[in-house]
Amino acid sequence: MAKAIKVENLSKVYQLGEIGTGTLSRDLERYWARMMGKEDPFLKIGEVNEQSTKSKTDIVWSLKDINFDVEQGDAVGIIGSNGAGKSTLLKILSRVTSPTTGSVKIKGRIASLLEVGTGFHPELSGRENVYLNGAILGMRKAEIKRKFDEILDFAGVERYVDTPVKRYSSGMYVRLAFAVAAHLESEILIVDEVLAVGDAEFQKKCLGKMSEVSKGEGRTVLFVSHNMDAVMRLCSHAILLKNGYLTGFDNTSNIVDLYLRSDFGTTARKDWPENELPGNDVVKLLAVKANDISGNVKDAFDITEDVYITVKYTILSAGYKLNPALNFFNANGINLFDSHQSGHTVSNGQTAPGQYEWVINVPGNLFAEGTIIIGVAIVTHDPFLIHVHIPETIAFTMIDKGENNPTRGDYRGSMPGVLRPLLKWESRNL
Amino acid sequence: MHNTDKEEYWDTEITAKHNLFDFQLKDIWQYRDLLMLFVRRDFVSFYKQTILGPIWFFIQPLFTTIIYTFVFGNLAAIPTDGLPQPLFYLAGITAWNYFADCLTKTSTVFTVNAGLFGKVYFPRLIVPLSIVLSNLIRFGVQMLLFFIIMGAYWVQGASFHPNAWLLLFPVLLLLMAILGLGMGMIISAMTTKYRDLSFLITFGIQLMMYLTTVIYPLSVVKSKYPKYEWLLEYNPMTSIIEAFRYGFLGRGTFTALSLGITAATTILILLIGIIVFNKVEKTFVDTV
Repeated sequence: MAKAIKVENLSKVYQLGEIGTGTLSRDLERYWARMMGKEDPFLKIGEVNEQSTKSKTDIVWSLKDINFDVEQGDAVGIIGSNGAGKSTLLKILSRVTSPTTGSVKIKGRIASLLEVGTGFHPELSGRENVYLNGAILGMRKAEIKRKFDEILDFAGVERYVDTPVKRYSSGMYVRLAFAVAAHLESEILIVDEVLAVGDAEFQKKCLGKMSEVSKGEGRTVLFVSHNMDAVMRLCSHAILLKNGYLTGFDNTSNIVDLYLRSDFGTTARKDWPENELPGNDVVKLLAVKANDISGNVKDAFDITEDVYITVKYTILSAGYKLNPALNFFNANGINLFDSHQSGHTVSNGQTAPGQYEWVINVPGNLFAEGTIIIGVAIVTHDPFLIHVHIPETIAFTMIDKGENNPTRGDYRGSMPGVLRPLLKWESRNL
Repeated sequence: MHNTDKEEYWDTEITAKHNLFDFQLKDIWQYRDLLMLFVRRDFVSFYKQTILGPIWFFIQPLFTTIIYTFVFGNLAAIPTDGLPQPLFYLAGITAWNYFADCLTKTSTVFTVNAGLFGKVYFPRLIVPLSIVLSNLIRFGVQMLLFFIIMGAYWVQGASFHPNAWLLLFPVLLLLMAILGLGMGMIISAMTTKYRDLSFLITFGIQLMMYLTTVIYPLSVVKSKYPKYEWLLEYNPMTSIIEAFRYGFLGRGTFTALSLGITAATTILILLIGIIVFNKVEKTFVDTV
């Protein structure tokens, strides 16, 4: 198979902090160094893009020495936790920004869909916007004309074609926008999380269209998503990024496994420095983490897997009955449920000064897929006192690969709901 | 299959390196439909939100002319080369407006289109080009107004003499477009990092207008303030407007040399503009 994309030694540096102030002098300094034939003084330190640790410099490598090839007609998923460099990679591939070093070579026309409806103008009609958006995405007018009916049909907005899009419902808007992009005639299609929009029905249609594009028409697709299920169904290969490095490029299910197994250490663990421990003079939090049964801290868990939340704290003065408590939220900020140490367990009401650790077991097949955010508190119930409360302490992602008998069984579509408990279904003959 | 890298052909290569003189003309030609659609969008969206629609194109120069006639013509009594005052001002305003509109709109290309540029690639030059073209429509409408007023004075027997220099009109128009485009691109490239410039631009254009022969003729400066004549001579818009007036109305002070220098300066500014613009275009998404 011929290669469609070849990425060599690709790196991208970002500057943190304020860019507006003091850059003129810095620019001059850089310029001077370059004029004198020296290395750029601000690129010397190779800093890993670890977002949880505060860095000493304000230069960060968002991507570092990335190398990979994509074969023609292949569908490749790009996964990694937030801030791993996925979006940066897509931006470079779609030529929105340029790399700091390295190169990307591309065969054929490339169309990128980093956002649905880019360049839609609210005052223009659906018809005018289809032409405008198509042209922005790189289509010629004649091409759009030829596909116009097909686009309208896919979006299902024939009736409103001459209405300004500002009168469209958000669903219609998104459908029309995706329809334009889906009918691009490019050899390579780059898609970023656009499937997160629209209703379930339409999401299915989008996924269907995308697999048709890659499998049926033999076009190359690069797909970034947090939805492992979609990645597994759509992509034959996947790339795993971690802190700007490429940590794996293999077939999708191996990469998803690798992603699940690895300790990304970005959000699933929270330690506080000695002098910044949250709390009061009664109790202070030391550390909170989410780990699997063998104690490995993980950024992503399979939906069927038990999650263990470990809370460590130190009691400074005696006399209070202390109850640790957890709040569970999803990515939309919905409070899924709360849980606190309720007295059923033996070590209720530790009061003596010293360090303590609680491990809370959340059974598998309870969370729905997506991000879970955990808040931690330590309270006294009677009289009610909050000693410490950190609303967003740690976060991790639940992933539904459809393996190990999850709640979804063999159903492959989208499952709504904020929880996904495995219920007991029993039947009998009547 | 035999696939060594050396014999492979790649359509696009994305690197950090950038050839300063690669103007991507081929790319722009590929996207010519987008250029026209942008022009259409600008025009349609302009009148869709208004009651009077394209009539607004008339109102602005008309009222400006009336005010200039009153303030500069009557109160300050600045001579107008012996031309009817409204005609003199309208000629200057029409030409100046085109240049100024091209300049102001182009100078905010990056900041206004940051959202679009951050999501999809197309040759960025398309946007400034579309601005110059859509302003051309507006300019056309305003020229129509100019012709109507000219006609009205003609009927009354006012003294002005259109002549063969009229043939220079397309060249003058092109020079104005290029100058506005070039200066606008330089400023737009710099505003992505140094926002101060965007404050400068609005009143900078105002100031520049007074250094151009919009409300007074060059001949007055030549006879009254010969010491400051160079200030105007260095301003490329001066000889463009003087030549414009000379062609249509038969009065104006310019030489082939001054026009030649203007043309050379203008083209130089355009080249610098394109180079700076293309350089910034590659990474501005990270700084805007």
